[in-house]
Amino acid sequence: MLATVRDLFNYNRQFRLGAILVAAVAGMAALSLASPYPPLDTFVVAPDLPPSLAHPFGTTSRGQDVFWHLSFAIRNTLLFGIVVALMSRVLALAIGLIAGYKGGWLDRLLMAINDTFIAIPLFPILVLVYFVLREAMSWAVLAGIMALLGWAYDARLIRALALSLKTRDFTHTGIFSGMSTRELLVREHLPYVLPIVFATSMNNMNWSIGLEVTLSVLGFTDINSPTVGGMIYWANQHTALVAGVWWWIAFPVLLLVALFIGLFLLAISMNEHIDPRSRLARIGAGGGA
Amino acid sequence: MPSYATYLAQRFGQFLLVVFIGINLTYIITHATPIDPVEQSIAAVTSFGNTSPEAIAAMRQSLRELYGLNGAPHEQYLAFWRRIVTADFGPSLSAFPTPVSSLIARALPWTIGLLATATVLTWALGNLLGGLAGYYQDKISLKVLAVIAMALHPVPYYIVAFVLLVMFGYLWPLLPIAGGYAINIEQGFNLGFVLSVLSHALLPALSLILVGLGGWFLGMRALTANIVGEDYVVYAELAGVDRRRILGSYIMRNALLPQVTGLALSLGAIFNGAIITEQVFGYPGVGALLVAGVYAGDYGLVLGVATVSIIGVSAAVLIIDLIYPLIDPRVRTV
Repeated sequence: MLATVRDLFNYNRQFRLGAILVAAVAGMAALSLASPYPPLDTFVVAPDLPPSLAHPFGTTSRGQDVFWHLSFAIRNTLLFGIVVALMSRVLALAIGLIAGYKGGWLDRLLMAINDTFIAIPLFPILVLVYFVLREAMSWAVLAGIMALLGWAYDARLIRALALSLKTRDFTHTGIFSGMSTRELLVREHLPYVLPIVFATSMNNMNWSIGLEVTLSVLGFTDINSPTVGGMIYWANQHTALVAGVWWWIAFPVLLLVALFIGLFLLAISMNEHIDPRSRLARIGAGGGA
Repeated sequence: MPSYATYLAQRFGQFLLVVFIGINLTYIITHATPIDPVEQSIAAVTSFGNTSPEAIAAMRQSLRELYGLNGAPHEQYLAFWRRIVTADFGPSLSAFPTPVSSLIARALPWTIGLLATATVLTWALGNLLGGLAGYYQDKISLKVLAVIAMALHPVPYYIVAFVLLVMFGYLWPLLPIAGGYAINIEQGFNLGFVLSVLSHALLPALSLILVGLGGWFLGMRALTANIVGEDYVVYAELAGVDRRRILGSYIMRNALLPQVTGLALSLGAIFNGAIITEQVFGYPGVGALLVAGVYAGDYGLVLGVATVSIIGVSAAVLIIDLIYPLIDPRVRTV
């Protein structure tokens, strides 16, 4: 496992760049532990100061230091993505493995529901949830809802893998040696699909963080706990760009873009590692026939 | 291979299922609320001045039905569906007493126009460039394009739209950044109005295209790169078939199939992006309507837009599914 990561880092430019970007963003989040200011306090520093040595990213119109506030915000935002990814992974794995292994009417039913969740536009639904819950829409509630809505793509992918695993010899051996379905799926099939699940988790994080940021920017989340989207929301509320306080928006946006690109590069380079055919095609060794 | 009729029936069934589950989701969500939304909405409207008691009673009636709070559970559920099927979402609270359905009907052409144009352009352009990049793998210009696509693809719509807004609104004010058309122009089918609509649609469309392009480009490049090594392509090259013909008829036509399926699958996400784009650029479509509805506490409007988007997106998916047999002959035959 570690050797794989080291090889990827040494020989794959996309993986290296992605890992560096994500590590930088994670480092920024870790810095929140050393912050001299509490996350929720406002007017702890002079407002509207441009970037300087004392305040590397400047200060906001609400009297927060952008650098330290951003460290809290990115920590919450990252954590949100990870929690959604973990929860939706459990759903996707359970549904994908069962549908692929069981087949028949169960498979058809699960995949019909699956395709429905892929086709439904989720944003209006999330907005409706916010509309009904209002103040009760906390960070945890949103994460739970996003996990319930965000498993479908991966469940289909996992099912496709499970379909082929089902015909392999070790599956028959497992059945004949009396393993229960649960045992077989968890002990025999799960290890095969985990690498690809790991790669798609990065995409899922991009998806959930992107939606969270968008909802926050519109003010449709709990805007008082610091998140990157929430920061942009408050900056817009104070018309930061018109007032010339560009650093309030520029640094959160830059950090987000670094995170999105970093996660995306990690996802595609890991995918390539798992499915070497695409790598062969790239160095000109011909298609994967 | 399934016959065309089975295929059609299957896709239509899926369409009905999506609409059914989607609308049930909205029903469940509105019933999970811990607060009484009806009285909250009425309080919000009546605080602005004198509304007649009859109007309030009618509003309470339609709101209670919309929320499904009247009668036994199964009656509530049926009343909710009756409202949806007849597209009767009651009067809008924020634009009282205009019915929600006519607000949505006014906004829908803007969204459909912007979205359809941007989606078709993005998809066609992304696939064309991706196909070229997969076939001519040594072209520097296409490699540069790949890097740009890779950098733009993972960034969410909001950020790109916002950066464009800042660039063209503050730094280099070249294009109109808000609204669907200039206010001082006579509406109707005349040159000035059409040009105004087009120039206002340019920035929102550009943001949608910029973000969407990368995914199709990267996907098509990977698909093409895989097919290039297939025996039949090598054979065609050795036999001296024109390279453009190889790319067009031999490679891209095969690679397009998963991309069409991909388009159907991603329509929901594209619609999400369009909502944001409309909000950022103040475009008079259903997305801006939805956000305004939330700010104004207008329940009927929010529910109406959510329902219409679910039906609209699934209908668009159905249309793509119906077109699919035209390019995949395997579904047509038998």
